[in-house]
Amino acid sequence: MSEMKFILLISFALFFIGVYGFLTRRNMITMLMAVELMLNAVNINFIVFNKFLYAEKMDGLFFTIFIITIAAAEAAVAIAIIINLYRKFNSINENEIDTLKW
Amino acid sequence: MSLLNYISMMRFEALALGVVIMLLLVKVFSEKMNASVVLGFVNLSLVALLGISFVGHPHGTAFGGMFRIDSTLMLEKQIITLALLLISLQANSWLKKHSSYLEFYVLILSVIIGMYFMISSGNFLMFYLGLEMATIPLASLAAFDFDRIKSAEGAGKMILSSAFSSAILLFGLSILYGTTGSLDFNRVAENFSLTSHLELLALAFLLAGFAFKISVVPFHLWTADTYEGSPIAVTSFLSVVSKGAALFIFMTALYQVFGAAHEKWMNALVLLSALTMTIGNLFAMRQSNIKRFLAFSSISQAGYLLIGVITGSSLGMASVFYFMIIYIFSNIGAFTVVSVVSENTGKENIDDYKGLYKTNPMLSLALMVFLFSLAGIPPTAGFFGKLFLMTSGASAGLIALLIIASLNMVISLYYYLRIVKAMFVDKNESPLEDFAKDNYSKFVLIFCVIVILTLGFCNYIFGYLQSLSFGL
Repeated sequence: MSEMKFILLISFALFFIGVYGFLTRRNMITMLMAVELMLNAVNINFIVFNKFLYAEKMDGLFFTIFIITIAAAEAAVAIAIIINLYRKFNSINENEIDTLKW
Repeated sequence: MSLLNYISMMRFEALALGVVIMLLLVKVFSEKMNASVVLGFVNLSLVALLGISFVGHPHGTAFGGMFRIDSTLMLEKQIITLALLLISLQANSWLKKHSSYLEFYVLILSVIIGMYFMISSGNFLMFYLGLEMATIPLASLAAFDFDRIKSAEGAGKMILSSAFSSAILLFGLSILYGTTGSLDFNRVAENFSLTSHLELLALAFLLAGFAFKISVVPFHLWTADTYEGSPIAVTSFLSVVSKGAALFIFMTALYQVFGAAHEKWMNALVLLSALTMTIGNLFAMRQSNIKRFLAFSSISQAGYLLIGVITGSSLGMASVFYFMIIYIFSNIGAFTVVSVVSENTGKENIDDYKGLYKTNPMLSLALMVFLFSLAGIPPTAGFFGKLFLMTSGASAGLIALLIIASLNMVISLYYYLRIVKAMFVDKNESPLEDFAKDNYSKFVLIFCVIVILTLGFCNYIFGYLQSLSFGL
């Protein structure tokens, strides 16, 4: 049980590092990486709960596989959009992408 | 269960998927397809989609409870399909000129399939898959005006904030899985105990994730930018269909999964609702771009919708559905006018609408009806929608919230009427010249005006909504 607590501590820390990174960084690629950190924290959570608490069914494991797949799809679309942005603004810094305000 | 039975239950998904596959085949095998033929085909299949939904009363579950269907869910799917049909007709003239009209439909139909699955989900895994399928293609649709710089910017903001919000939602889900041991809606509801703080944390994360999707203040910051940047068809899709679908599954999740914790999330939602109405209204007042203005108006409308969600009575649920139906017609109508004007003149500012009545009287009158309906002025259906919402709120004893809501309705009159005044009263040396409207947009406008003017007087619609069980 203490093992599980230890891993959960890591996953919670990872998640909030991701949140912090998303909110403070202004480079869009870095923001995307912060989101991936958050998703990985979720993956760890699912696996840990599945292994230590509900080992008889594999719900958490399957959820993790789907999250990994969808995160890949999401990253693909996000990077395509960011490349499109870079072509138009010559920058991927959120502070310089500012034609839309208030 | 026989295959036919499955298809009958999943008729929306099956037909929409068939259309997507057919469009992809058309793209591969016949490069030089006439645009109007393809557009006509898609519109017809959307009509067919709406038509087959009225055959029989499918209900039941499939895939071990992952997928469910009953008459309430059917109604939800009918509502979003009808909205998609209207948007598709409205976008017709824009799409004809667009180089990638086929991809537009492939993407938007994928989004709607994702929404169907999301609405029908009985398991958080299915819900998450549907949610992502409804979000990721939508972000690429927001970037569909290739030569406008704002479109790319809006899409960038949308994909980042929606990825962020789904990560938050997933974190809530993972905690919920840890405490209840299941992902099935019913099992989670059974095992949900109010004593654990961890479960309340999960609930808070889930609420935040949903609030992003419905664009509730303080999670609304992406909305205005994305709405202004996207092409008008996508903006109206975002503000009507996307918001509606997210709200429907939000209600299901709140009542079927977290019904036991009603007391706990009620206070949070009351606060969010009051904030949403007020801040949406305050920002709507100072907008000069009409798309951005409608974005903030739709944020404040979401605040009113939350009143019905909070009540938890069948009257409240029925009035949410009723308001949603009316909101679809009013908002799509308003966006159609904006789309017609922008398509023909390229103007999107409120100042450009000055003196529109002189040159385009019918268009101005139509926009006036839609804005009156959004503001809730009596002969239009919007009045009845707000009336029922307020009634349900009053019967649940939410007096403080209702006072804030009614103050906000008065404030909202100011900015809705500001546009009406610009069109009818303000003098303008050079108003927009008279231009030809295409038949599809005309049809959408006439249809929406008729519905808005008559829907409020059709008693049986509200009666039918009240007869539905909302899984309370």
